[in-house]
Amino acid sequence: MTAAIELRRLEKSFGEVSIIRNISLSVAQGERHALIGPNGAGKSTTFNLISGYMAPTSGNVLLRGEVISGLPPYQINRRGLSRSFQVTNVFANMSVWENLRCAVLWSTGQRYAFWKNIDNLPDVRDRTAQILTDINLTARRDVPAGLLTYAEQRALEIGITVAGGADVILLDEPTAGMSRAETERAVALIRRLTEGRTLLIVEHDMSVVFGLADRISVLVYGQIIASGTPEEIRGNPKVREAYLGEEAA
Amino acid sequence: MSEITVSAAPPLPAAAEKFKFYGLWLAAAIVLLLLPRIFGSGGSLTTFSLIGISIIFSLSYNILLGQTGMLSFGHAVYYGLGGFLVIHAINILSANKLPIPLPVVPLIGGLTGLAFAALLGWVSTQRSGTAFAMISLGVAELIASSALILRTFFGGEAGISANRTKLLKLFGWNFGPQIQIYYLVAAWTLIAVIAMYALTRTPLGRMCNAVRDNPERVQFVGYNPHVVRYLAFCFSGFFAGIAGALAAINFEIANSAYLGAVQSGTVLFATYIGGIGFFIGPIVGAIFVTFLSLGLSDLTQVWQLYFGLIFIAVVLFAPGGITGLLMMHRPLLKAGTLSRMLPSYAIALLPTLAMIAGGILSLETIVHYTVNPGDDSHIKAFGVSFDAASPYIWAMAAILLIGGYLVARKTWTWVGHAWDDATSVAREKGIAP
Amino acid sequence: MLELIVISTLNGVLFGMLLFLMASGLTVIFSMLGVLNFAHASFYMLGAFFGFQISRWLGFWPALLIAPLLAGAIGAGVERYGLRRVHRNGHVAELLFTFGLAFVIEEVVQIIWGKSPVDFRVPALLDFPAFTIFSTNYPAYKMFMLLVSIAIFIGLLIVLKKTRIGLIVQAALTHPHMVGHLGHNVGRIFMLVFGVGTALAAVAGVIAGPALVTQSNMAGLLGPILFVVVVVGGLGSLPGAFVASLLIGLVQTFAVSMNGSLSGAFGPLSPAYASTWLADIWGVTVAQIAPIMPYVLLVLILILRPMGLLGTRDT
Repeated sequence: MTAAIELRRLEKSFGEVSIIRNISLSVAQGERHALIGPNGAGKSTTFNLISGYMAPTSGNVLLRGEVISGLPPYQINRRGLSRSFQVTNVFANMSVWENLRCAVLWSTGQRYAFWKNIDNLPDVRDRTAQILTDINLTARRDVPAGLLTYAEQRALEIGITVAGGADVILLDEPTAGMSRAETERAVALIRRLTEGRTLLIVEHDMSVVFGLADRISVLVYGQIIASGTPEEIRGNPKVREAYLGEEAA
Repeated sequence: MSEITVSAAPPLPAAAEKFKFYGLWLAAAIVLLLLPRIFGSGGSLTTFSLIGISIIFSLSYNILLGQTGMLSFGHAVYYGLGGFLVIHAINILSANKLPIPLPVVPLIGGLTGLAFAALLGWVSTQRSGTAFAMISLGVAELIASSALILRTFFGGEAGISANRTKLLKLFGWNFGPQIQIYYLVAAWTLIAVIAMYALTRTPLGRMCNAVRDNPERVQFVGYNPHVVRYLAFCFSGFFAGIAGALAAINFEIANSAYLGAVQSGTVLFATYIGGIGFFIGPIVGAIFVTFLSLGLSDLTQVWQLYFGLIFIAVVLFAPGGITGLLMMHRPLLKAGTLSRMLPSYAIALLPTLAMIAGGILSLETIVHYTVNPGDDSHIKAFGVSFDAASPYIWAMAAILLIGGYLVARKTWTWVGHAWDDATSVAREKGIAP
Repeated sequence: MLELIVISTLNGVLFGMLLFLMASGLTVIFSMLGVLNFAHASFYMLGAFFGFQISRWLGFWPALLIAPLLAGAIGAGVERYGLRRVHRNGHVAELLFTFGLAFVIEEVVQIIWGKSPVDFRVPALLDFPAFTIFSTNYPAYKMFMLLVSIAIFIGLLIVLKKTRIGLIVQAALTHPHMVGHLGHNVGRIFMLVFGVGTALAAVAGVIAGPALVTQSNMAGLLGPILFVVVVVGGLGSLPGAFVASLLIGLVQTFAVSMNGSLSGAFGPLSPAYASTWLADIWGVTVAQIAPIMPYVLLVLILILRPMGLLGTRDT
């Protein structure tokens, strides 16, 4: 079976500074894979390379066996890969409903249609309503996204990411800045929404990582130093030294 | 429709609401039809025609600025080219006796605007924000300067003219009298307004809003922001072309001023002063600015200065424009707390007006000394006569200006308190967000 | 021919340096405050008119000092009481504010000095030919303009490289997001940068005033070219602005001095086309299209290199 995402000898440098140094990684279809590592290890850069936000200096990104590196983000998205952002990145002046609807439009085949009444598209309406219910923001449907609480915005961020029905989902620190209770709700939400899809997640909260992930990769200074099941990672001395040790201390 | 949709989606408009909605358009049509019966003079018909043209032009501009977040300093290019092409078209049609009546001709202007927007837009819309604004200015200068070189087509400084009455007659109308032109403009205005409103309610229209809010994120929901901007630009050029065509038909002439920076600036002023946040904003702005430019020029010599100052005041104090100011009060009206605002408004109004009067008085006095220093010092501005040489007038101007400012500043903080008060009550009732 | 090339190069470099005097301030303001000052050319115009008025009262040399200071003070005031207020409404509002300001300044200048050109003369001290090349007398005043703009250019370089504020400006040019972390005196720095930037534009106005035409439409004529310079150079890039200033200065002066046209090169158009618009294109001289050259350059750059010559940022 071809991997959902495969990174082949991926490198990225900004001028003299190399941020990603020869990463190779494979995420199987349907797998929940977590990317962990200390700050500045290059986790967000990896996401930016996979999602087309940046082009790699060398190496390739493959989505279901096809090379996608070098494509613009919207084409990668149309091929079924969607990502969220670490800093909330929504359409601030538009209502929650409009936010989600915009995220649904392309996948329902509306393209740049200027001859259809947007309220008369049952398919779009159903999908948007479904996502809205999934992320539990029904009560906040008509509120501009910019006026939501932080946790609500994070939920909306996840909603926008999954709304297009992509089967490969990249989440960048979805629970950052949340309280214990909010984190638990968010994890349940992620678990539910990514059922049957491939998930690659960057996360600092170890309880989230070990509770959610099937496999974990550890990124330190632009290199993957270990990759394996949660048990293997927990027992890996290199990881303990480089990363988990710091957490414990 | 699934159960979830029923519970979660916004309800589809009920029959009564739909009726109200279509009724609104119908009412607008009836008003347009009856307007000449109430104000039938040639002057007011011309004014109405100008307003109609300005409404189409401003709304087309707002497709860019308000809907898609693109600030253009060169929108008159598409307006002007539409106008020029239409003048040529009328001349060709009448010379060859082609069976095309005048009411269809604005479409030629629209298609011209569309064609040039399609041509120039691909490059311009590659970038957004400040870069787009500068590029639109550069492209506009390019076209405007080229127009002066291509004298045969653009007619040099004088422009080119046409006779609109020589086309195929429709129902016996030759479109000579202003009343017939008024109806032509009114019909096109209604059609264009409906079309542009409909455009905001399509998938493309919504993605335009998304591109305005966050072009980066748009790329990650499958859309290419460049294409969205480009399509918005094309639509905008089309409707601008129609407006330019109607202007050319109205004046029976097109000249280089149609394409120029002043025309581009005027549509920006009208749209922004009206308010870019609501569909109706540019309509309000078009009406307001047309009346203002017609009215102010009668009242004072330096009306353009006032025009600029009004614009700056709107940018500084009311970024939502006139419509934004009015719409701010809607939650209060719904919550029934608007009445709390009225006393503080009434109190603030007096010193503010005094300050403005003082400002005008000082300005007109200064203008007298710089523009016409040798003339009689008894001057008249805004319908009021006064002696610009009198020290009493100077003192009065200074007192009104400075005193008005000091008192107004105090009263506007009261307005602020009253506002907080009224909105918090509205919020408790669950109306304001 | 050689004479033409030498003179045009001199004039081109001179015009380019004048453009850079303005474009540098515009670029630094853009990098630090994030707003492209639409009224920048208006401060150039204010400089010229203040210079004219003060040189009538006190003479040219005091005017050269006082006029830029005055314009810079107005600029600082605009930043403090205008721009800072609109800042919270976003960049579009800021740009619109400066647009409105440009409009108002033009109106005010018209009210005070009228619409026709004012008689701003070259100071007697510099009213002689500096040297003669072939048969052309090159005026000393133009050499003076060149020297002043080069002196300011060098002064700017020193300030940028050696002073604290220069380092802050440099940091802002390369990392615009860092500007927010400047601390509590960020407001003062903004005001200073805006004031100095507009004062530089005013210096250009004072020295260009006697050589060019001092008229109320001079901002409207120069403004668009200035924006072409910063877009062609790459928004926010100071070296880019420098290269683009010289490029546009040279292109325009060379174009003005050429009389070639398609009909000159390929012979007259056949009489069948003589009255069509083709004849316009065929007969137009290079000198006549000189005014549109900068904009053609702009469109070409946008097609070939959308970021601008030396630009790296996309805002």
